[in-house]
Amino acid sequence: HLATSLPLSSERDNLRPRIDLIVFIIDIKSKYSLKNVEASLAHVDASFFLGKVCFLVTGVGRVNYCSIETNAIWKLRDIYCSPMLYCELELEGIRVATAQRLLRMLQICAGHIPGVSALSFGSLMRSSEDE
Amino acid sequence: MDETVAEYIRRTVLKIPRDEMKTVLQAWGFLSEAQLQTLNFHQTKDKISQEVVQLCEDNSADIKQAAVLDIIYNHVYPNKRMWSVYQMSKSEEEMDFFDLTDFKKKIKRRLQTALKNVTINFREYEDNAIWIRIAWGTPYKKPNQYKTSYVVYHSQTPYVFISASVIRSTLPLLCQALVVASNYHDIREMELRSHCLNSLKDIVFKRYSQTFQTYYPRPLQERNVTSENVDLRIIQENKNEKERILRVNREVFGDGPQPKLEFAQYKLETMFKSNPMLDVSDIKEPFRCLVKFSSPHLLESLKSLAPAGLADAPLSPLLTCIPQKRRNYFKVKERKGFFPESFVSP
Repeated sequence: HLATSLPLSSERDNLRPRIDLIVFIIDIKSKYSLKNVEASLAHVDASFFLGKVCFLVTGVGRVNYCSIETNAIWKLRDIYCSPMLYCELELEGIRVATAQRLLRMLQICAGHIPGVSALSFGSLMRSSEDE
Repeated sequence: MDETVAEYIRRTVLKIPRDEMKTVLQAWGFLSEAQLQTLNFHQTKDKISQEVVQLCEDNSADIKQAAVLDIIYNHVYPNKRMWSVYQMSKSEEEMDFFDLTDFKKKIKRRLQTALKNVTINFREYEDNAIWIRIAWGTPYKKPNQYKTSYVVYHSQTPYVFISASVIRSTLPLLCQALVVASNYHDIREMELRSHCLNSLKDIVFKRYSQTFQTYYPRPLQERNVTSENVDLRIIQENKNEKERILRVNREVFGDGPQPKLEFAQYKLETMFKSNPMLDVSDIKEPFRCLVKFSSPHLLESLKSLAPAGLADAPLSPLLTCIPQKRRNYFKVKERKGFFPESFVSP
């Protein structure tokens, strides 16, 4: 399900399946994008932040067009204790690789991988980032 | 043939892209078809231009023919120059019968009386456009063929498109000559400038697809599902919002292509409105600042902002009013209580 912002419209509640993973996409070239994500985060139930939320920062290939401070997005990652992925959507190779990573995360969050829970995976991602 | 004329022709020919050289020279009509056949357009432009100069030498070209070649070049490639739009006005509404010969005579007389040395050439085109090329000199110096002004005048309209030369002092004289020759009283510069002459004409003559205010909501048109959205596994949660944005955008910009402008400039003279916590509220003077938007195609990029998610729809009327108001230079003053618009024409 693609949405431009949260909260989701309530009229479609009964049509929606269970939500296993929320990926917030931030375009590093647009301050508007960051503001939108920050506003939407307020509408997410706290239980999602136990491994079912992930940030995807796009546009990282074009360093000259950066509109957002990296500190600002790292702050977001730290406050919400959620993993942050970086990618460049314009390059097919990276796009496909990122999609595969997200798919893998989704499988874990949906409980399809025995022995790994969303929470344990999330903390695994976090500890590897801190190195 | 004069050396300066030869050099001028050579340089003008060099400006033309190689693929178009034959067409432009044919439009010029100074070299015969037989002569054009002798030219080898597959060699370097340098060599071609030298051969052309040789042929012109054989035909004894003078500055008049060279000037005509220059007008044709600028007519084919008008976007190399910056054009400004001027509007003439007269007090009586009567439409005088436009006499082309009289017009040309008056312009020549006016300019030649003021500055003895000017080269003036006219060329008329099918769309009622009169192109005037003026190379400026002084009473003591021959005209400089490289510092030229171009005027495009549509005789059925009060509008004149001028690409002025770098010699700024010639502009008032030129404007005066135009007003007198065309039987108007006054001329003023509109705040509209661009490299794309055709787009300026589109805006001024209202030839682009405009939007019309409708008071009845138009039914959402059923569009054919485009192949890009066929994957049914992707569900758009904000379909309504996306459709609203597209509809609002369409109402503001219309369906057709936008006229091509390269920039919009806003001179702000507004009071600084800041967070009351910051201690700048005691500034009583208006905050002066210049905001310039530039783009290879400004209006198309504004049109694509909301659908791309980069701005809210509808956009600020300061941006969307550009074609309707026929200007891309604005002065934004403080909103006074009574008037709904916050910008005032200078």
